[in-house]
Amino acid sequence: MPLLRIVDLHLAFGGVKAINGVSIEVGRGRIHAIIGPNGAGKTSVFNCISCVYRPQGGAIYFEDRKITGMKPHRIARLGIARTFQNIALFHHMTVLDNLMLGRHLFLKRGAFLGGIHIGPARGEEIENRKAVEDIIDFLGIENIRKKPVGTLPYGLRKRVELARALALKPKLLLLDEPMAGMNLEEKEDMARFILDINEEWGVTILLIEHDLGVVMDISHRVSVLDFGVKISEGEPAQVANDPHVIRAYIGEEDDFLRELEGRGN
Amino acid sequence: MKEVFARYDTFPKLLLRNAERFGDRKVAMREKEFGIWQSFTWKEYHEHVKRFSLGLSSLGLARGDKVAIIGDNRPEWVWAEVAAQAAGAVPLGLYQDSTLKEVAYVIDHSDSTFVVAEDQEQVDKILDIRDQLPKVRYIVYTDPRGMRGYDDPQLIDFKEVEELGREVERREPGRYEQQVGASGSEDLALICYTSGTTGFPKGAILSFRNLLTMAVNLMEVDPKRETDEFVSFLPLAWIGEQMMCLSSALLTGFTVNFPEKPETVQENIREIGPNIMFSPPRIWENMTSNVQVKVMDASWLKRKMYEWALPVGYEYADTLFRKEKPDSLLQWKHRLAYYLVFRALKDRLGLLRIRTASTGGAALGPDVFKFFTAMGVNLKQIYGQTEISGISCIHREGDINFDSVGKPIPETEITISEAGEILSRSPSVFLGYYKNAEETENTLAGGWLHSGDAGYFTEDGHLVVIDRVKDVMHLTDGTGFSPQFIENKLKFSPYIKECVCLGNARDFLASMICIDYPNVGKWAEGRRISYTTYTDLAGKPQVLELLAKEVEKVNATLPESTRIRRIVLLYKELDADDDELTRTRKVRRSFVGERYRHVIEGMYAGATSIPVDAVIKYQDGKTSQIRTTLAVHDL
Repeated sequence: MPLLRIVDLHLAFGGVKAINGVSIEVGRGRIHAIIGPNGAGKTSVFNCISCVYRPQGGAIYFEDRKITGMKPHRIARLGIARTFQNIALFHHMTVLDNLMLGRHLFLKRGAFLGGIHIGPARGEEIENRKAVEDIIDFLGIENIRKKPVGTLPYGLRKRVELARALALKPKLLLLDEPMAGMNLEEKEDMARFILDINEEWGVTILLIEHDLGVVMDISHRVSVLDFGVKISEGEPAQVANDPHVIRAYIGEEDDFLRELEGRGN
Repeated sequence: MKEVFARYDTFPKLLLRNAERFGDRKVAMREKEFGIWQSFTWKEYHEHVKRFSLGLSSLGLARGDKVAIIGDNRPEWVWAEVAAQAAGAVPLGLYQDSTLKEVAYVIDHSDSTFVVAEDQEQVDKILDIRDQLPKVRYIVYTDPRGMRGYDDPQLIDFKEVEELGREVERREPGRYEQQVGASGSEDLALICYTSGTTGFPKGAILSFRNLLTMAVNLMEVDPKRETDEFVSFLPLAWIGEQMMCLSSALLTGFTVNFPEKPETVQENIREIGPNIMFSPPRIWENMTSNVQVKVMDASWLKRKMYEWALPVGYEYADTLFRKEKPDSLLQWKHRLAYYLVFRALKDRLGLLRIRTASTGGAALGPDVFKFFTAMGVNLKQIYGQTEISGISCIHREGDINFDSVGKPIPETEITISEAGEILSRSPSVFLGYYKNAEETENTLAGGWLHSGDAGYFTEDGHLVVIDRVKDVMHLTDGTGFSPQFIENKLKFSPYIKECVCLGNARDFLASMICIDYPNVGKWAEGRRISYTTYTDLAGKPQVLELLAKEVEKVNATLPESTRIRRIVLLYKELDADDDELTRTRKVRRSFVGERYRHVIEGMYAGATSIPVDAVIKYQDGKTSQIRTTLAVHDL
């Protein structure tokens, strides 16, 4: 049974069909990548999964439960966490505070008990802090624990955002361009983290990424979108050689395509 | 301490004694993990060592085998070392940022059969070069993260080895204690590979007697206490850190603290508030330049207070250096300065509780020395080398002379050869270099340890180290000068990270300077000078002017004939990964001279600008190209 099933998804903004009948299955424990040119509808798919958008047609099932139409906060509770293309963190708060906030789902005591920090609220905070420290250790960000996020360089903020998503203890992690704007070293680190999260913590990962080198290296399976339609799907090597994929880009003289062909050979 | 050494003459014996003496009542080590200082008592320390040692034996580690250890400072590093010694094997440390070539050389040259590696990163390093390491039988890793996917019969988890050891103990109780009892002070304790400013590293063989007599003798004149706290953040492969974390800690029973990460050292020092400290000059220099930069950013009032307090501190320090008693006015002024400024400053740097601190490994600029003395930090210069188990000279309490490295410690004889070289003799002098009889003979010729350093004794018996014998340079007119001495003066500027003075067999002195990227960057931002990279920033004419002014300040303190006449700012920082610095960050002059030959030739040929087309190598082996033009500035 796949962890996530997207069935015949349709989404339109007025006359623009952003997603036109896309179906994707994400197996448990896999790293699944969605690629495609700008405007292909990748982020829209993410927004449908996290229920920010309500699709006009089709359905999405998570662990065989229909999630389309749910409220976004319920999605988080089910075990789906995401990062954003543009970092979504509280810039004036420290890394630690951002991560603790990421655990708010697990805080059951009210604001009052939490505020005066006694009894069960205290135990609860310690427990959550432990979980957060585990993530801090995992991602190697001990040295910036107490720094305000706004003072950090971009590559580190991306890492903090990943940490924030992990704080939710997700079963499925949606990563929207985790490597965008990073230098080579940062990309390699991030790829390592994604693999480790997947292998050590058993988290299923669905990611959107433009860096094809990374996608081909770490993904188990790749889906290609173009103009809201899935034009190909399969193992990375298979996709790179798919005539549909190649045809979709021919004439565009696109680096994207050339790289794709290069990878296939 | 002497009595202790007489009865417990090896590390494992001392550990056993401490475990019996302190049990679970005293903390031996702390390690910050998950944001909390986790402690290990002496009993736990001993238990881990015992299990790991028996575990290694059960995997086939025999007496005389070698165990290589690589990784950041962690309790496991120390446990592995003592465990290997307890099993009759000889441990050796590797610098965690060594290149593959160096790692392969040392492991193979030392005939190591076991490697203890910290984490996946270090394990990958070893696996990458495994075909060059036919003697290695097991690779033990201490941090299992990321290791799940590795399926290799040579790899084994630290905890698994401890588990094997626990089995052995159940079968043969008392075996460990018996092994420890059989060890003696003449046994080999450690092979310490010296960074070596030239060629491949050499492995100095040290016995327990060497290491422990050194620590005992040092403590006679610079005592450490059972209640002391120490923060261990310099490479454990370095003899200085060995002396503190192992010999001294085991002898006295003080607590060793390991920081969370290399990046959090400063913060962690402040949390612990150590009583004793031993660091090479660069650490003190960094602190000084940090303070200077932070002061520039401070509010008007704070800046004024600092500007008032510092000269008071300097005056106080100078009086102390002259071995005079400050008059009561100066005492009051200094007390006021202390409570207004220095106390807070010391607290920020984590030095508030320092009782005794020392610096060694290279010369520390007099200005830095004065700065810490002014603040009230009891900083002493030490001198020594790996071959004498670390330290042979230290300043005595109240007898500080920042030009000197103090007087020899007890049981240590020092003399100056006719050629001006410093020679020493003591029970701590090493046994020889591993598998290098020729070098051993040269270094120990005539029964003296030849240091290769040029030096002299002052009238009051202080040793002054000028430079390496081979590094004292001469201009064409015969004027002698020590480039290192001038470089140290230059590096006191917050804007200068590293520099190389030239002038051997030339008409005048010139210098290649590496700017301090964060500090110059901050300066540039304050003046709205935009820049992109290090290379770009170093190429700005305003920056060159700024640095020229800094050099002029230093020139004013130098004799006319040895002033720097021309400077260029290099397009990259000197880096140990490019072999330009040693792992302890000393400049490798001949290598740098070769690599930047056309820059140097350009400066002496009178060029005003020098084109550069260079390839930069990163730690992971990748390279990138740099094309730029260096401007030469005349002074």
